[in-house]
Amino acid sequence: MPTIRFEQVEKSYGAVRVLPPLDLALDDGEFTVLVGPSGCGKSTTLRILAGLEELSGGEIFFDEKPISDLASKERDLAMVFQDYALYPHMNIAKNMSFALRLNKTPKAEIETKVRRVADMLNIGHLLERKPAELSGGQRQRVAMGRALVRDASTFLFDEPLSNLDAKLRGKMRTELAEMRDTLDKNMVYVTHDQIEAMTLGDRIVVMSEGVIQQQGTPEELFKAPANKFVAGFIGSPTMNFLNAELTSKKDVLFAKGDGFELPLPKPLAKSLNGYAEKTVTLGIRPSSFSSDTKIGTPIDLRLVVSEYLGAQSTLVTRCGDAEVLVEHDSSSPVRTGSQLTFGVRTDELMVFDKNTELRL
Amino acid sequence: MTTASKLNRLTPYMFLAPAVLLLAVALLYPIGYMVYASFLDWRPSQYISEAEFVGFRNYVNLWNDEAFLESFGVTLKFAAVVVTLEMLLGVGLALLLDRNLRGLAALRTIFILPMMIAPIVVGLMWRYMYHPTVGIFNRTLKSWGLEPIPWLSDGTWSFIAVVIADVWQWTPFIFILSLAALQSLPQSALEAAELDGATGWQKIWHIKLPLMMPVLIVALLLRLIDAFKVLEVVLVMTNGGPGLSTEILSLRIFRTAQEFQELGVAAAMSNYLLILLMLLTTIMFVYNKAVENRAARLRAAAEEA
Ligand SMILES: Nc1ncnc2c1ncn2[C@@H]1O[C@H](COP(=O)(O)OP(=O)(O)OP(=O)(O)O)[C@@H](O)[C@H]1O
Ligand SMILES: [Mg+2]
Repeated sequence: MPTIRFEQVEKSYGAVRVLPPLDLALDDGEFTVLVGPSGCGKSTTLRILAGLEELSGGEIFFDEKPISDLASKERDLAMVFQDYALYPHMNIAKNMSFALRLNKTPKAEIETKVRRVADMLNIGHLLERKPAELSGGQRQRVAMGRALVRDASTFLFDEPLSNLDAKLRGKMRTELAEMRDTLDKNMVYVTHDQIEAMTLGDRIVVMSEGVIQQQGTPEELFKAPANKFVAGFIGSPTMNFLNAELTSKKDVLFAKGDGFELPLPKPLAKSLNGYAEKTVTLGIRPSSFSSDTKIGTPIDLRLVVSEYLGAQSTLVTRCGDAEVLVEHDSSSPVRTGSQLTFGVRTDELMVFDKNTELRL
Repeated sequence: MTTASKLNRLTPYMFLAPAVLLLAVALLYPIGYMVYASFLDWRPSQYISEAEFVGFRNYVNLWNDEAFLESFGVTLKFAAVVVTLEMLLGVGLALLLDRNLRGLAALRTIFILPMMIAPIVVGLMWRYMYHPTVGIFNRTLKSWGLEPIPWLSDGTWSFIAVVIADVWQWTPFIFILSLAALQSLPQSALEAAELDGATGWQKIWHIKLPLMMPVLIVALLLRLIDAFKVLEVVLVMTNGGPGLSTEILSLRIFRTAQEFQELGVAAAMSNYLLILLMLLTTIMFVYNKAVENRAARLRAAAEEA
């Protein structure tokens, strides 16, 4: 399995620049997840890697060999397309076995492979149907199946689970995680879904407007986001951002804003030299609130809506004029409109520069 | 149902009735006239009412009329050969030129020109080019020191000459239909095939041609129908000769009426041709209907799933 390296890869459509020069290295056998808002260039990156779009500049290397002269079929890739791209005139079995038939795999082997993958994807009963006779989610699974029967060295997935129901998605996620652990393949996976990104990725690459904001393990991105964008993108429910002024009182640095005053932990305070008396953006994860007020520093919030999710609820509250999301244990009921007090685990707070949005 | 609502339902038909009636008369009268004439022994010098009624004699006699059978054979051979060549060339050219290179748009327009020329002009043009001494072909052959070809004076060569002219004029028809079909193919399926490792030929064979098939079948039937009716080009170039080598059916019909003055027999021949063409047209309609039904069924199945 090759190591893949993007070096100053650029893509423009006419005058529209979609990807500014971009560097990216994918290690041998690594499961890389690309996340980012719609239109940020994830599919374009994948399609460039697949050789379906030409580069406007830069070069891609497989094991340090430049490949931009290689045709798609010489790159040994299997891809799940965002729009499925099934062959309309072939039934599902034929769709899935096309590549195998082209490279003259023995019939019996094709049959067992297709059968195994189809059963794993719950589409074993649809093998005789044409794509037009399937629902969106079924088509998506066929697209997935068509890639998985192949023995390519690199797999590209463009939002392969976006059209499936929650249960099926969970099942597929597990299957993919198992593949990741058992197969020594490069996988590049595009998704919008937090949970997919966090559970599947050996490494997550967060993109925005064609620019890589940060890359790292799920844990690194969650615990040490490089900037406000990444902090807001990783983690669900999303991080709360509040305007705060830093004030020093008796050696302790406080973040003070409309309706709160929270002490910042020593290590964080140290890195905030020079920001004293300035306005910054304070980031608090919804999971940093505890209903046990003895923990951390108390804060008063007014409950607007409680979104029930099962064992957990997401509370939409107000702190002054700002909206604050709080993760809450559903077993202790709360009343809408009431004033609640939570403990804030201040060691989990983050502070961002108001202008550059970098984490401080 | 009240009388008023019944009337309401009839209203659209009442508005349509005059137009439908007019159309029916305008279409059916000449055809009825021809069918009636085919049962007569009728000369152009007679009023139709003076002609003798002979029942199916014209139809039956044609089965023993060697010249008619020969020209029927020539027509079948002509249609089969030109349509095969036009399909191969038209589809081939479309596959070749289906890319977004600069200058191709102009080239495509040039390819379509022959179709725009009146067939009689095409016939004249080719007749001059085939001229035994001053025609471009034989002049070229001569300048290369080769024997001239008896283009229009030899049975086999004149058939070939007529085929070439028809292929020249009608290949563009297949070409533009194929090109349109190619350009509406789902691009992503072709990209998927590329990633699945298909070569250019394999993409054509496994993806492009099967997906173009509905259009190709309709184009084929349209061309067949037209090829059975071809007249002007052949009339101008060879007038059916030499011998009966290029005497296609419509030419035979024309001459039966004009030269032999047997209007009833000519009408019977026309009706045989009409039956053949109706058969082809029916096949085309049935095929189109089947394609539509299939698409509707697939949509319904997809909505259920
Ligand atoms: N053929 C094209 N011509 C011009 N602009 C294009 C073309 N294809 C894509 N773009 C632009 O490139 C940008 C990136 O598109 P891309 O498909 O990579 O987004 P994405 O991150 O995959 O989004 P999504 O999550 O919605 O699939 C978009 O702003 C899009 O409008
Ligand atoms: Mg996309």
